[in-house]
Amino acid sequence: MYVFIGRTMYVSLTDWGNDPAQALALNPVIRWVGLANYQDLFTGFLQGRFRQELVNTIFFTLFFILGCLGLGLGLALILDRNPRGEGLWRTIFLFPMSLSFIVTGTIWRWMLQPQGGLNQFPTVLGLPAGSFGWLSSTDSIWKFDWNKLPLLTASVVALVLVWLAVRAVRAGDRTRAVVAGLCAALLLGWALLVAPNLKLLPAPEAHGFNLALIGIIVAAVWQMSGYTMALYLAGLRGIPEELREAARVDGASDFGMYRHVIFPLLAPITLSAMIILGHISLKIFDLVYAMAGPDNTYTSVPALNMYLTSFRQNQFALGAAIGTILLILVAFVIVPYLSSSFRSEEGHA
Amino acid sequence: MTTTVPTSSAQPAPVPRRAGLGRVGLYVLLVVAALFFLLPVYLLIATALKTPDAINLATTWQWPRALNWASFTEAWGKVGGNVGNSLFLAVVSTILAALLGSLNGYALAKWKFRGANTLFALMLFGMFIPYQAVLIPLFQFVKALGLYGSIWGLILAHVVYGLPITTLIFRNYYAEVPDALVEAATIDGAGFWSIYRQVILPLSVPAFVVVIIWEFTQVWNEFLFAATLTNTSSQPVTYALSQLAGGQAVSWNLPMAGAILAALPTLLVYILLGRYFVRGLLAGSVKG
Repeated sequence: MYVFIGRTMYVSLTDWGNDPAQALALNPVIRWVGLANYQDLFTGFLQGRFRQELVNTIFFTLFFILGCLGLGLGLALILDRNPRGEGLWRTIFLFPMSLSFIVTGTIWRWMLQPQGGLNQFPTVLGLPAGSFGWLSSTDSIWKFDWNKLPLLTASVVALVLVWLAVRAVRAGDRTRAVVAGLCAALLLGWALLVAPNLKLLPAPEAHGFNLALIGIIVAAVWQMSGYTMALYLAGLRGIPEELREAARVDGASDFGMYRHVIFPLLAPITLSAMIILGHISLKIFDLVYAMAGPDNTYTSVPALNMYLTSFRQNQFALGAAIGTILLILVAFVIVPYLSSSFRSEEGHA
Repeated sequence: MTTTVPTSSAQPAPVPRRAGLGRVGLYVLLVVAALFFLLPVYLLIATALKTPDAINLATTWQWPRALNWASFTEAWGKVGGNVGNSLFLAVVSTILAALLGSLNGYALAKWKFRGANTLFALMLFGMFIPYQAVLIPLFQFVKALGLYGSIWGLILAHVVYGLPITTLIFRNYYAEVPDALVEAATIDGAGFWSIYRQVILPLSVPAFVVVIIWEFTQVWNEFLFAATLTNTSSQPVTYALSQLAGGQAVSWNLPMAGAILAALPTLLVYILLGRYFVRGLLAGSVKG
């Protein structure tokens, strides 16, 4: 498998498939082009679709994770209070997990038809029908110019570093605070002085959060929130009753107990759920394919583009480049998590 | 490993709750949540049972006046063969992945060879690799083997890709098996294989159940490999369904019936063996 990954990275640095005749030749002449494919993806005129997809993925991941965590935690908290027929409720909340994203996509595509499904639902209760174009909307909000991307990224990273520095100061870790603070200052300086003069694209290109994504996010949350619920429920059941008892004896209100005792204990679960959901959402492809079709650029994601680029247009090198970018994104999420859990396991054993 | 037993029936209300009002609110919330999860299913079934001309956007939510079971026969005619493909694919890949995973897990847990931990870390990361990052070379590889378009190419892909997770589950399971058992067998002169056959394998039934359920669902539901590595005759049901639903002027009872057909096997597995399914889910994420 790692040979395959290496091969993908190599292919992404060549020009294989940029010329259709060469792509289909039996023994294609493949030239080394370095990072040209990546440059094309981020700054090329024709690849605006990919840039929008990156933005889509980020928004999708954000809201998908928030939705699953929120709903999952809510459901778990309710079930933890031992309602009657708990097993039945749990089954209801969890069954979408067993479905394929394709099945979910097909169902929700019908649910979200512009004049039917969910928009018609209010009429059952005697209310006027809704008119939101779930999957067909072409509006977007929170637009920004792609040329501002370096500025935005640098600022966000710098803010995170500042936050880390502040935390380190509070924890009394001098060196860490100084390093983090310095990096933040450097980045901010770079963002304010150099970045505005960088031009990735000749013309401004606006990208934002496409409203058509909301429907897909809802479907994804529908499918995956049972999973977070199961995780949280297992975590809640693992909290010894004495701990809650003790908090109550100390005079904590229900709210206070959740705030100070239970939620901190659930934090590790939240982290691993975020990691798992995050990597699912970076890879998501079949759901979008089934709900919006392959050609709806407003809802597309890089994983889908990779498939189309490689196997419909036969631009293997470009496809490999997208695949590599996805791999890097996933690695960003996974590697720190794995190494930390691996270390704790070593210490444990 | 986790609490999967219904504690509710055993002890009615372990914690005295303040009153009925909060309790009622609890059930209201539960019902609302259940509606969110079940409404799509209602719509799915209702639409699948309508005749094409009874499907009307304005009456989407009404239960059909006359039940039309013909949707299922028609959908079966279109995707039935693919269901067969999926079944064959899922069963074969699951068995292979489970057996190999169990061997791997045994080797990693009980035979501490050099680099075992590194190998394990690499495998763990392998679990999360996006399919897209291996798709092109995999495609070439399968083609070079002459397996492109055949279901065996797809099986190969699934076995390779399923190994990390099955290995992980088995390794964690075998870690609980006391080392003394293996040591005793070694003293009796048993080797790697005979220990596996006579000591480890008989112990691993529960782990096999978890792995098989997990792998079966995964393979059955997978789409990307299915879309790239197969041709018309070997496509599994997920791909066939996406084709069925993909057309624009399609009458919706067909894809809905198809979706039910495609969902039934995993749904049955889930409902009948739900406890193990949840265990697989948890094993796939939080471990140790």
